Formats: sequence, C-alpha cells, structure tokens
Amino acid sequence: MLRYIVKRLVWLIPVLIGVTFLAFLLLHLIPGDPAQVILGERATPEQLEQLREDLGLNDPFLVQYARFLGRVLSGDLGRSIHTHEQIAVELMERFPATLELALAAMFVATVVGVTAGVIAAVRPHSWFDHLSMTGALIGVSMPIFWLGLLVIWAFSVQLGWLPPSGRLSHGIQLETITGLHLVDSVLTANWPAFWDSLAHLLLPAVVLGTIPMAIIARMTRASMLEVLEQDYIRTARAKGLRRGAIIVRHALKNAFLPVLTVMGLQFGALLSGAVLTETIFSWPGIGRYVVNAILARDIPVVQGSILFIATLFVLINLVTDLLYKAIDPRIRLE
Amino acid sequence: MSMFAPIPHAHDSRTPAPASGPTPTRASGPWRDAASRLLRSKTACAGLAILALLLTAALFADVLAPYDPVHDADLYNRLQPPSAEHWLGTDAQGRDIFSRILHGARISLEIGLVSVGISLILGTLLGAVSGYFGGTVDLVIMRLIDILLAFPSILLAIAIVAILGPDLINAMIAIGIVGIPQFARIVRSSVLAVKEMEFVDAARAIGASDARILFRHILPNCLAPILVQTTLSIGTAILDAAGLSFLGLGAQPPQPEWGLMLKEGQSAFQTAVWVVTFPGLAILLTVLGFNLLGDGLRDALDPRLKR
Amino acid sequence: MRKRGLLFALSLLLILATALAGCGTRETSAPNSSQPAINEGTGNTGGDQTLVFGRGSDSVGLDPANVTDGESMKVTHQIYDTLVQYNDEDTTVKPALATEWNVSEDGKVWTFKLREGVKFHDGTDFNADAVVFNFQRWMDKNHPYHHGDFEYYGYMFGGYPGIIEKVEKTGPYEVNITLKEPYAPFLQTLAMPAFAIASPEAIKKHGQDFFKNPVGTGPFIFKEWKKDDRIVLERNDNYWGEKAKIKTLIFRVIPDNAARFLELQAGTIDIMDGLNPEDVQNVKNNPDLQLILRPSMNVGYLAMNMDKKPFDNPKVRQAINHAINKQALIDAFYGGLAKPAKNPLPPTLWGYNDEIQDYEYNPEKAKALLAEAGYPNGFQTTLWAMPNPRPYMPQPQQIAQAIAADLAKVGIEAKIVSFEWGTYLEKTKNGEHDMALLGWTGDNGDPDNFLYVLLDKDNAVKGSAGNIAFYRSDELHEILIQAQRETDQKKREELYQKAQEIIHRDAPWVPLAHSTPPLAARAYVKNYVPHPTGSEALNKVDVQK
Repeated sequence: MLRYIVKRLVWLIPVLIGVTFLAFLLLHLIPGDPAQVILGERATPEQLEQLREDLGLNDPFLVQYARFLGRVLSGDLGRSIHTHEQIAVELMERFPATLELALAAMFVATVVGVTAGVIAAVRPHSWFDHLSMTGALIGVSMPIFWLGLLVIWAFSVQLGWLPPSGRLSHGIQLETITGLHLVDSVLTANWPAFWDSLAHLLLPAVVLGTIPMAIIARMTRASMLEVLEQDYIRTARAKGLRRGAIIVRHALKNAFLPVLTVMGLQFGALLSGAVLTETIFSWPGIGRYVVNAILARDIPVVQGSILFIATLFVLINLVTDLLYKAIDPRIRLE
Repeated sequence: MSMFAPIPHAHDSRTPAPASGPTPTRASGPWRDAASRLLRSKTACAGLAILALLLTAALFADVLAPYDPVHDADLYNRLQPPSAEHWLGTDAQGRDIFSRILHGARISLEIGLVSVGISLILGTLLGAVSGYFGGTVDLVIMRLIDILLAFPSILLAIAIVAILGPDLINAMIAIGIVGIPQFARIVRSSVLAVKEMEFVDAARAIGASDARILFRHILPNCLAPILVQTTLSIGTAILDAAGLSFLGLGAQPPQPEWGLMLKEGQSAFQTAVWVVTFPGLAILLTVLGFNLLGDGLRDALDPRLKR
Repeated sequence: MRKRGLLFALSLLLILATALAGCGTRETSAPNSSQPAINEGTGNTGGDQTLVFGRGSDSVGLDPANVTDGESMKVTHQIYDTLVQYNDEDTTVKPALATEWNVSEDGKVWTFKLREGVKFHDGTDFNADAVVFNFQRWMDKNHPYHHGDFEYYGYMFGGYPGIIEKVEKTGPYEVNITLKEPYAPFLQTLAMPAFAIASPEAIKKHGQDFFKNPVGTGPFIFKEWKKDDRIVLERNDNYWGEKAKIKTLIFRVIPDNAARFLELQAGTIDIMDGLNPEDVQNVKNNPDLQLILRPSMNVGYLAMNMDKKPFDNPKVRQAINHAINKQALIDAFYGGLAKPAKNPLPPTLWGYNDEIQDYEYNPEKAKALLAEAGYPNGFQTTLWAMPNPRPYMPQPQQIAQAIAADLAKVGIEAKIVSFEWGTYLEKTKNGEHDMALLGWTGDNGDPDNFLYVLLDKDNAVKGSAGNIAFYRSDELHEILIQAQRETDQKKREELYQKAQEIIHRDAPWVPLAHSTPPLAARAYVKNYVPHPTGSEALNKVDVQK
C-alpha cells in the first residue's frame, strides 16, 4: 500500500511539470500583454516598455519558466502582477469558498442521487424509476448557467426567499477558523451566521450539484441492478433476510464502489469547474479568480493556480483510488 | 462541462443480452440486430425525434423562420413578451427570438460535428497508435493524455480560446482539443482487447502491414464504443460551446447562437425572463436528444458495454 | 397540522437566532471596538448606521499611488486625503491636507503650507516629512519602498522623476516642490486620488503588503478586506475635516449587474453602481429606490480609421454620421441616461462648442453621400466593439449590433469584431481596425485632456495611438498646440471652440454619447453627491432609515 502511494506520488511530478509547462506555453502564445491591461486606455509606449521590463516580461520564455520553477521549488508561488499580492495568499483566501460550495454540491448530489438510484433499482420500471431516470437524463443535459439564472429568477426575484449572491449577509459576524462558513458558525455556535450561510449556499449548491446528482443516480441504479442479480444476494434472500437489510447491508455496499469512483471524478471537476456557477452567484471562489487572471493575462496567477488546481485534482483521484481499495480489499492496485 | 460526460447507463440489464462484443468481421448481422433494438427502445426513439426536429430546424431555418434572425431588428420594439406576432418574444435588439432559435439550431449542429470531429480523429489516432504499438509510444502518449486530463477542462478551453481569439470556430477547436483524451482512452482500451484476437494474428501471418492491420482489421471492431462516445460527446460539446459563448469566448454578436443569446439576455432577465428561457430550453432539449440517442445506442450495441 | 407546527418552530428558531445576533453584537460594538457595528434599524440620527456599496469588481489594491482602476480609487478615496482636493461637484481645487499654497514667479517652485494636528490612522503625525517621503517613494525608482509600478505618477508627470525636480521640507509643516519647467495643471493634478498621502511608518512596516494594510488620514479607517467579497471601513472619529455621518462603510463585490440590483431591491445593499439600462425604469418605478446620476465627463465614440479605405473619404465619414440613430441607441442601451454627443468634449467642460449642429439621423442623406463618394451600393467593413462595459458605454456589444443594423440600412455591411480588453486596446492602437468603438473619461477637467490626446496628429502613431481614427490634421494640430501654450483662459476657450468646428467638419468620429453613469440607492440614502471624476469621499453621506 505505502509503496503504491509513493509510486503514485512520484508519478505526479512529471505530470505537474508537464501541466505547468503547458500552462506557461499557452499563456505565452496568447496575444496581448498584461502591461496593456494594467495601464488601460492611458498607456504610453514608454510606460508599457517600462512595465514589461519591471515585470520581467521581456526575458526569454525559458528564462521566465525556469524562474517560475525555481520559485515554486522554494515554496513560493510568486506575486500577482496586478494586485502585487502573494498568489498563495490569494488562493488560500478563495479556496475555502470553492471547497464549501463543492462539498455542499457533492452532498446534495450524493444524498439525492444515491437515494433515487437505489429506489429506482429496487423497483425497476415503476413510475418512480421512470420519473427519476428521466429527471437524471435531463440533469446531465442541463446548461447549469441557465438553470442558475432561472432559480435566481424564481427564488430570489419572484419569491424573494433566498439571496441571489454572496456568502454571508453584511450584518452578520463570523469568526474565520476554517473558512468554511457552515463549519465556522457551528464551531463558534453562531446560529444566525449558520442559517444565513446556509441560505446563501442553497441555490448555488443545488445548481452546481445538478449534473453530478444525475450522474450518481444513473450510476447507482445501474450498479445496484447488477449487484441485485448476483448469487450472494439471491442466497441472502433465500436465507430469508429482510429485504431492507439486504439492500443496505449487502447490495448497496457493493454497488457503491463504482459510484465512489464517479464521485471522486466529479468532485475534482466541481472544485475547478465551478466557473460558471461562481460567476452567476457572485461566489468569491477560485474558478472566477483563475478565469479573470486568464483574461487579464496575469501570468503568475494563472501559473500558480493551475498548478494548485491540477495538484488537487490528481490528489483527489489518488484518494478515490485508495478509498476504493480500503472498501474492497479484493481489488489489487496494479 | 465536458468533465460531466454522462456515465454508462445500463438501461435495462434484465433484458437478455445477445452475445455481442468484438466480432471478427463486419458481418451485417449484429449491426442489423442493433438497429432493430435501437428502434424498439423508447429512449432512443425519443432522442431520434428530438434530433429530427433539430435537423429540420437547421436545414429549413430560412424557410421556417418568420423573420431574419439578424437584420430584422427594431429598437422601438425591443424586449416584447411572446405574442401572436413574435411567438417567443423579442430580444434586446428587437429581433424575433423564435427565428433566432431556429437559426441557432444550425450553429449548434455545426459546433457538435466540428468539435467532436476533431476529438474523434485525433483521439482515435492517438489511442489506436498507443494501444497497438504499446511500449514507449504508449507510455509517452498516455502521459501526454494524463497532462491534458490534469487540466480542468473548462480552464483549458478558455486558455485555448484566449490564444486563438474569441470566435465560434476557435471555441469549436478548443472543445475539440479538450475532448481528445476521452476518445484516446476508449480507443486504446478497445484496441488492446481486440489486438489479442486470433484474426489479428492471422492477418499478421499473411504479412499485412501495421497500418493495414490497425485500420482495416482492428479499428472497425472498435466502432461500437466509438459511436456511442461520439453521440454523447456531441451533446457535451454543444453544452460546452454554449458555456464559452455565455462567458463571451465563443460565438460573437449578432450570431444567433444559443449560449450567446443567454449572455445577451442576462442583463434583462429580471424584466424579460423569456429572453433567457427559450434559448436555454433549446440547449437543454438538443443535448437531451443526443444523450437519449447515445444511451439507446449503447444499449442496442451492447447492453453490457462499460467504459 | 404537523407542517404548520414545524413552520412555527422554525420561525421561532429564526427569531431567537436574530435576537441572539443582536445581543452578541451590541456587546462587541463598544467604542473603539474593532468590530464593525451593525445597525439594528433603531439608530437615532444615523450616527451608527452602515452603508453597503455594491459594485462589479474588487479593488486591485488599496495603495492609491499604485493602482489605476476606479474600483480601487473608490475605496482609497475614503481612507486617504490628498494635499488639495476637488470641489464636491466639479474639478475646482480647494484646500485639503495643504491649507495654503503659492507658486514662484517663474512657475517652477510650489510652496505648500500643511495642515497641523492631523494624524494618520496609525497615530503617527502628518507633517512635511510624510509628504516628502511619499513624493520620493513615487518619483524615485531606487527608493527602498518604491514597490510597484506607480502608473499614474508616470503618466501625469512624465516618468520617474519626470517633471518634478525635487521635493524638500522647508519647515515642519511646509514643503517646496520644484519643477523642471512650468506646468499649468500641476495643482489640478495633485487633487487626483492617486496622489494621496500615506503613513510613512505604515509603508515601512508593511513593505510589499502595504496595499492591503492601508493607512491614511481620511474620513474612514480600513478594517477588513475579504478578497472578491467585501472591504469594511469604519468612521475615523478623529478626522480633521467633516466627520463621517455613517459608522461603517462596506464595499461589496457582486459581479453580475442584475444580481447586484436584486440585492438592492432586497435591501441587503444600500447603493450600487453599474445599473443595467434595462433596470433604470424599475428604479424609477420603485418608491423605495432613487436614481443618482454622476455628472458626465466622458465621451463614447465610433472612430473611423482614416488610414483605411473608404474612410479616407470625408463623404463616407459624414454618411456614417448621418446613418446612426444616436437617440435610439441612448434610449435602448443607456436607459435614456446620456446626452447624444455632437462634439468630442463633454458639455460640462469649459470650451464646449454648443453652436455646432450635429449631423442629423437621416438614412436617405447618408445613402446620397455614399453615392457621391462612389459607393452607391455601400461596402463591406468591420466594426470593432469592446468586450466589456465601460462607464462611457454600458453595453458596447449591443450598441455595436444596433449600429451595424443602422449601417445595413444604408448598404454598409459591418461585421462585428471583438477581442479581450487588453488585446482590443493593443490592436486598435495599432490601427488594425476599420471602425472601432471606444471612449474616454477625463482626468483633470482640461479640454486638452480630450482633444489633444484623442484627435491630434501627434497621437496618431501606430502602436501607441490615442487617436485611433488616425486623423492627421495640421490645421487642428496648430490650434491645439497654441492652446497648450496659451495661459489666458478666454483665449484657450476660443481656440478649443475653433478646434471643435474643424473636427466636426472632418468627421473622424461619430461622437455617440456623453453618459451620466447612474447609481441606484435606497431612498433613505441622503447627501450622496457623485463627482464627475468617478470617485468621491463619502463622509457627508447619511443613512436615514
């Protein structure tokens, strides 16, 4: 097991170097220069030249890349050329927001998805099966930015039940411990903050969770159906075990493995792919941060955050694999 | 977005599955069976019906649309609710939304075909070569694919569009590139399975070249999973392209592209919700059509097929 | 029945929770507490009120010398003071941290008497040393605290150190600034929020991180910054000037205009900018809301690249001027909140020529002019549009489409082209466009800041053009240069009026609109006076619920 983990971690290094190199290369191919973005309509050629020189943008491509790698190896992601803030600090300020949103979305997706999938599998061809699987198909086909607009229109504009944007109302105090508002408010027993955060979290989490929810529901159903056909379930049934016990203790446990893989993949995607949801709900997270940096040609920021996100992504995949093994010892890892 | 590619859905694993899987030659039997199974599946038929609608809209938009999607603008008749004159209302420029949606169908089909074409050709090539030759070639290609996969796909697409310039064609290229790894992986694993079969050894024994074996003998036997993946990918590509357009990185005004229509309607959606409702619905239906068909195809070709 | 019970329990819980919140904060909002106070709606004269300002993007940094974006200035304007400041409603200069000033005969040496008894928020004294330190930090590239780019300094003073030769302390509360040559707008320029005086001790203490630990002398003290979310400021009770009416000032980031407006309607923010034109009517119809218009000091225009055919032909340019229906554009995409432009200068600026008759909207005349120019069937071209809203043009992509539709009516087929903002500026400066939308917001209220920058042949150089029509008129150039050297205001005014006549005749642009960017606020927000330059101190603003 340990050897496997080490091996996987070592593999991570060439992949991450490749990722950063590709990101660096891409950014160098992008026309337009950050100096122009910073100086705007008023830029004079002298100022542009001066700024490029100051930012080190005039150095050869490989020199810039080497400088970046050197810095990263010494544990420094550098500073944004726009805000002059340390990129590590900026990432850490925004990451909890994204993490909280992704966790909430995943929670909604798993609870609803697995429940629907199990019921559908236990009663195939029932009205519930048809309804939930049709719903799941619509779910995987959903343009979530559109769904976001519609739920805002319904729940914020028309009904006025839920706030359309942000994470916390301004009058509410909350001490930052983990940066996850729900966790922090529970830790400090700050109930107004808890309800307020929950209200803010609800719409974006449901919207972001729509597609994973649909995928998990379909996966659970398919996987459950397969397991329910297996001999040991038949045996269990023959032994006269209660139906509910069979489903939960035997079938679901085994059917959960492929679902877990899907969850891992989806979670990684949620962490990095929430750009559209974060934009629509004004969620101060990492997706928006990176996209803005790409558009503003803030090369060090794009570089640093892609490295961060890719590492996270690969690590989540690793953890998923390990969980998989922990649950089912029959699986040999390579 | 594309990382949310739909997952295999064993539509009904209780139906007895005829023994399918790789067959040595392209006998017409299994394919004909598949076609009849496809037509018996309600899911697939629903998908086909939606896609037929889409195709009709795309082919005959010029005839069907009551107004010109771009030129019939009227600033004094903007943001009007649905009426007998404008079935789905008018947008911020006073253009007929119904006509724009019809013309948008053409653009969406184009997006799906071009971008998936790119992923299909490049991905198949990479996957086939990787699986067939194995060894160092396989190692290098698969590590490249790993690198591509470690990139959050929407960020990669955004970066590529930023390089090429915001434009619909460039968005298609970006989405095509982002989709390569999926095809490469699927094809590679199919090739790995097929290449061990006897008929491949036979072909090799009679002195067929690697290229001939790969393209004439192996790939035709990997068609089923490729076909399923292609159908599902078209839906995803349309969804992704709409997302890019929504961020301002895809279609450019005054193109009647659905994602762009959503972006343009966003500022007015509080007062004129129809401006965003209908283009979004069009995206949803189209993607649903491809997903339904993809599911149906998967079940028809091999109910036991798993990625 | 059970459902109702649940609902009741939930509401009880909520009430309890709210009450708890109230208690909790009342305890912490003791004087000088670092927690921003919360208004519970019962505040008597507004002394402990909070104002929440919603805006589209976060500040880049809070070191005013080191930022160029309006969102940063909006906040630094509250934290810092400048030596001199603009009047509340125009760009006339009045005392601030400097109480008096005079300039030597030759116009080179400026002497400033500084206000005594002013303290920075960190408790250190404001004095001549602080002023000298700030200037040296800006102007000297080798200064140990010259962290950053100091763009505005370079831009306004021509480099580092540029036209400032030296800055010296001549007394504990007196400084001399010596210029290399006389520079008439010097005082005007010092009132720009970029040239605010920051605490030298804080700069030394925080070094590179000063941008997020701002310390000035202004009416509000910096408390907290949650990136991409909010910046919290609190009243400076020791402010030397008029103390702020509100206790807490919060700037919240809500990127989407529509979402921001929703928050305003819900009352979770008190004031916002960047209102969608579509929502202007909603504000007018809502008795709880009010519209506040920022006086216009800008112009949005369509530049025709005279280096390219057929725009070298004045008849074509005039035809295009006749083809565009400006009023319809303004009604649709500015929410009616703009004046159709006939000159490059905004009408609020001195020197504006109101005698000029605009090219009226007349497609027939446009067609006739095109035929005269040899294009009876029109032609094909490109129309470039900014990707993002600017204060002078809230919906450039929509405006471009409407203009293209207008042009199509006279036979001109214009394809809309767009690039990401930085690339857009770069390519238009390079003259790669045929026609391009752009605009300008004035810095210091001088006509030269519009006409010379945007239309003189000196600025029609490929690669760095401010004049993206590439309009090269010797006649205009002579007048503009003469106006720059002239010191008599009356004569300058005449020169600029003449200049506008020439520009009107040659028609390098279609001047489109002078916008009055709207702010929307709850009706209880009082005394908000927006300044034409785009940012203002909010010490006089009150919240009367």
